[in-house]
Amino acid sequence: MLVDPQGRGVDAPGYAAPEGAALVRAFAALVTARRLNDQAYALVRQGRLAVYPSSHGQEACQVAAAQVLADGDWLFPTYRDTVAAVGRGVDPVEALSLLKGDWHCGYDPYEHHVAPHATPLATQLPHAVGVAHAARLRGEPTVVLAMCGDGGTSEGDFHEALNFAAVLRAPVVFFVQNNEYAISVPLARQTAAPSLAHKGIGYGVPGERVDGNDAAALLAVLGAAVERARAGEGPQLVEAHTYRMQAHTNADDATRYRRDDEVAAWAERDPITRLEAHLRERALLTDARRAEISEQAERMAAHLRDGLNRDVEPDPAMLFDHVYASPTPQLTEQAALIADELDREGALR
Amino acid sequence: MTVTAPAHVKLTMAQALNRALRDAMAADPTVVTFGEDVGALGGVFRITDGLTAEFGEDRCFDTPLAESGIVGVAVGMAMNGMRPVVEMQFDAFAYPAFEQIVSHVAKMRNRTRGRVALPMVIRIPYAGGIGGVEHHCDSSEAYYAHTPGLHVVAPATPADAYGLLRDAIASPDPVIFLEPKKLYWSKEEVELGAPVPGIGRAVVRREGTDATLIAYGPSVPVALEAAEVAAQEGRSLQVVDLRSIVPFDDETVCAAVRSTGRAVVVAEAAGFASVSSEIVARVTERCFHALAAPIRRVTGLDIPYPPPKLEHFQLPGVDRVLDAVDDLQWEDR
Repeated sequence: MLVDPQGRGVDAPGYAAPEGAALVRAFAALVTARRLNDQAYALVRQGRLAVYPSSHGQEACQVAAAQVLADGDWLFPTYRDTVAAVGRGVDPVEALSLLKGDWHCGYDPYEHHVAPHATPLATQLPHAVGVAHAARLRGEPTVVLAMCGDGGTSEGDFHEALNFAAVLRAPVVFFVQNNEYAISVPLARQTAAPSLAHKGIGYGVPGERVDGNDAAALLAVLGAAVERARAGEGPQLVEAHTYRMQAHTNADDATRYRRDDEVAAWAERDPITRLEAHLRERALLTDARRAEISEQAERMAAHLRDGLNRDVEPDPAMLFDHVYASPTPQLTEQAALIADELDREGALR
Repeated sequence: MTVTAPAHVKLTMAQALNRALRDAMAADPTVVTFGEDVGALGGVFRITDGLTAEFGEDRCFDTPLAESGIVGVAVGMAMNGMRPVVEMQFDAFAYPAFEQIVSHVAKMRNRTRGRVALPMVIRIPYAGGIGGVEHHCDSSEAYYAHTPGLHVVAPATPADAYGLLRDAIASPDPVIFLEPKKLYWSKEEVELGAPVPGIGRAVVRREGTDATLIAYGPSVPVALEAAEVAAQEGRSLQVVDLRSIVPFDDETVCAAVRSTGRAVVVAEAAGFASVSSEIVARVTERCFHALAAPIRRVTGLDIPYPPPKLEHFQLPGVDRVLDAVDDLQWEDR
């Protein structure tokens, strides 16, 4: 911990507190992140998004994951990590295309080096190792930050990815957001390990725990892990302890498996109020700058609303366009069938 | 594919596959191969023999024993500029990688609207006939063929093993490359660098006029032998070798069946919900009026692959093929 829940700076041996400018940048991103989560949640209620797995409460993890990476680095997000993807530069409208239902991945993964959202748990982690290993073979300084949740650490691919990364000395930072729940299942039902960071021990991967609601600590710990990976020290595992303030998605009912007082206790540790208090105490944030940050977040929300309120009719021809580099004869036949259906529908109108 | 000066050499299928890998790695520095025991040992079937020595450990390397990890790492490498060729040690040992193959390898191009292609090859020694103990003899092609986004290829000759593997490595799409284990040691003269029909094309291996045998991979030699025996008995059987299960060459297969009016599909895999059922369905849909009899199938039994001492009951043999041919309603001609 570098900043306590009341916003007071804490000394943590071995870790330098991030510079003021980095903290202000993180704070601005946090405000935008919260706005994005709230706006997306509202858009679900308005029927513009099918579903939204919110990272409300986990924004410090999202923001830090994006901020510690350099331009050529890669981010591998899960379905709950839209905010981190946006932090890397992905347009929020394109980032939500999956949940809007226009197409699975709405953005070009190469543009910002952000892999498609992973929906199956932990399957993206071996991909992250492969991207890192390919870069290393070519002598490129790329680091890959691969995200998963506490539930994902129970999947086989989590273990295979850590093991491969360690054996190949691949520059990957595995970043686990332990938000206490895998949908409804609490951490105690997920693992008997003393912590998720301990899971690195069996693979020879250094593991570290960090307060997941302390943006300063996250920047310090993740930043150091990224630089160690870049320096050739191999993969790192970071577990951030945080809390999913909302239900798994809007389709979930969290009152069936957790108590209100538990949620209320975590509300006291909110990452945004905490960093704001700290910045105010250090006189790093003026009222004018604070207002600017809010306006910036509102502009993002307006952009998101505009984008998601725009109805795009996906072209049915797209169904066949990218199954293979060039369609098989069978797909060409099926595409003709759909085109014929559309013609007849058009004739009836 | 890079065309080297054609050279005639007598190779086993295993040697032809090794040559294809070596030539592809020499021609393209982004081609890498990895899997279990593929380094110093050269693979349990020696398909990667000598590649680490020739190209170094960055190009051909042993991995931890974890198939999902192998395929998943290959996905990432293919995303980042490489052309990985990975080896699954045996058919049934590829199942831990099934989720990676179905949810990621097959779908990446589609889910990213063509932005992320995965030029990668998953080599799988497959099918039976070698007296292997359990979990070493599965014919798993239907699982892959059923999954849109994958190409599925099964060579039956050393020349095709060479040519199709070179094509698979050069392909912009992921290819499941099924190597019939029992044919690894079959030998023939191979003209390296000579063009062979590409992925997606079937070939007529033997001309015939009375009925068509449709086969792929390990069943092709069985079909050819059956045609030879039938010829001695005065019946002329044509043999089509599919070579590529996906894409499926409707044109060649249907033209062949139309020319004879009768057909038998020969495949080692269990028959229920199989590639052989698909072949019967599609040929019947397209050639119904050209057929003089329902298409018959000679397939594996719908049982888990039996132990070595009972395996001969499972494998489609010449006699069963000829019995099926005899049942093609010749009396109504």
